[in-house]
Amino acid sequence: MRVRDTKGRGVADATNPIKQFEINPIADLTIGGLNLSFTNSSYFMVASVVLVSGLLSLAMSRRALVPGRYQSVAEMLYEFVAGMIRSTAGDDGLKFFPFVFTLFAFILMGNMLGMMPYFPAPGFSGFTFTSHIIVTFALAMLVMLVVVGYGVMKNGLKFFSIFFPSGVPPILYLLVTPIEIISFLSRPVTLGVRLFANMLAGHILLKVFAGFIVMLGSVGALGVLGAAAPLVMVIALTALEFLVAFLQAYVFAVLTCIYLSDALHPGHH
Amino acid sequence: MTAPQTINTTPTDAQAAFPPFDPTYFASQLFWLAISFVALYFILSRFILPRIGGAIEERRDRIADDLDAAANMRDQANETVRAYEKSLADARARAQSVAAAAKAEADAEIAEAVREADARLDAQQTESEARIREARDAALKEVRSIAAGATAAIADRLAGLDVAASEAEAAVDAVRKG
Repeated sequence: MRVRDTKGRGVADATNPIKQFEINPIADLTIGGLNLSFTNSSYFMVASVVLVSGLLSLAMSRRALVPGRYQSVAEMLYEFVAGMIRSTAGDDGLKFFPFVFTLFAFILMGNMLGMMPYFPAPGFSGFTFTSHIIVTFALAMLVMLVVVGYGVMKNGLKFFSIFFPSGVPPILYLLVTPIEIISFLSRPVTLGVRLFANMLAGHILLKVFAGFIVMLGSVGALGVLGAAAPLVMVIALTALEFLVAFLQAYVFAVLTCIYLSDALHPGHH
Repeated sequence: MTAPQTINTTPTDAQAAFPPFDPTYFASQLFWLAISFVALYFILSRFILPRIGGAIEERRDRIADDLDAAANMRDQANETVRAYEKSLADARARAQSVAAAAKAEADAEIAEAVREADARLDAQQTESEARIREARDAALKEVRSIAAGATAAIADRLAGLDVAASEAEAAVDAVRKG
């Protein structure tokens, strides 16, 4: 592993904004010629699952009629997601509640774990699995598969009426329908890229400014003084990134609900 | 002095394969993502979410039950108040009827006493009147015989006529009637 490299390499790693996105295998695993190694990315995914289910079941362990602090938070999260679904997809959208809740909790936990620069993981470094496009794109594709799968199963061919919005003169379908199809096909791309780009850019920015502190600090007394500016910047950015971490999980969940609403009621477009 | 060199070399290293676009671990990421997501979905939808939802539902039911019970109790209290007011009104009505009956009885007694007194007085009056009439009749009878006597005496004295008592009486009667 590169963490255990020479000293010069270590300083370079400390200021390299790309380093944090590197994937390192923890345990090698190859099945059918595919490299399915358990990596630090996998570690954080599993950690998210364990933490989400562990924290929630711990919060609900007493299951009191008058909730305590932790139970209140768990119930707030529950009501938050339920309210999100109800307001965007209607009451019948609640059949997708576990799916949307899982998406939201998984992404939120992944983003939040990514906010920790150090984490009890192999190499002791933090990692954000949502900063990898393959992960976010896979989640977006999962959403679109659920939308199309359920939409066709429930409405049959009527599902494709989302490409023919009502109240439009038929001649305009020549123009509107290709646009609708393109916008529908671009949904998984935008959904995946939005989350990926936000997490990637935010973490690079944090690391760049943090790197300035390290570089200025090693120059001398004047440099230490000058390092105060990027330090303030990093503190402000960290707060912003916590907001973004929550917001992107929320946006992903809300858009999922809106797309699911299409599958539930294709007429109301 | 070595640090600048390594700083220069590592970015080119990283640029060779920008980690998020490096396909080496794509399969691994997808594989573990699938496992994690399915596991989390299973755990949440099977165990945790029903538990949270159940707790919320239970609380909602309990609150609704308590509200129902409170409404029942309020109804009961209203019912009790109504019963109390009704019994109070009944008692008042009964008291009034008792008072009215007592008054009626007293009135009847008074009327009876008055009637008795009236009857007694009437009887006394009629008796007195009868006695007066008797006395007057007796007196009148005596007046007739006195007048007849006086007539006979006057006739004897003035004309020297001896008038029979019956004639004198008839003359008196004729004068009284005339």
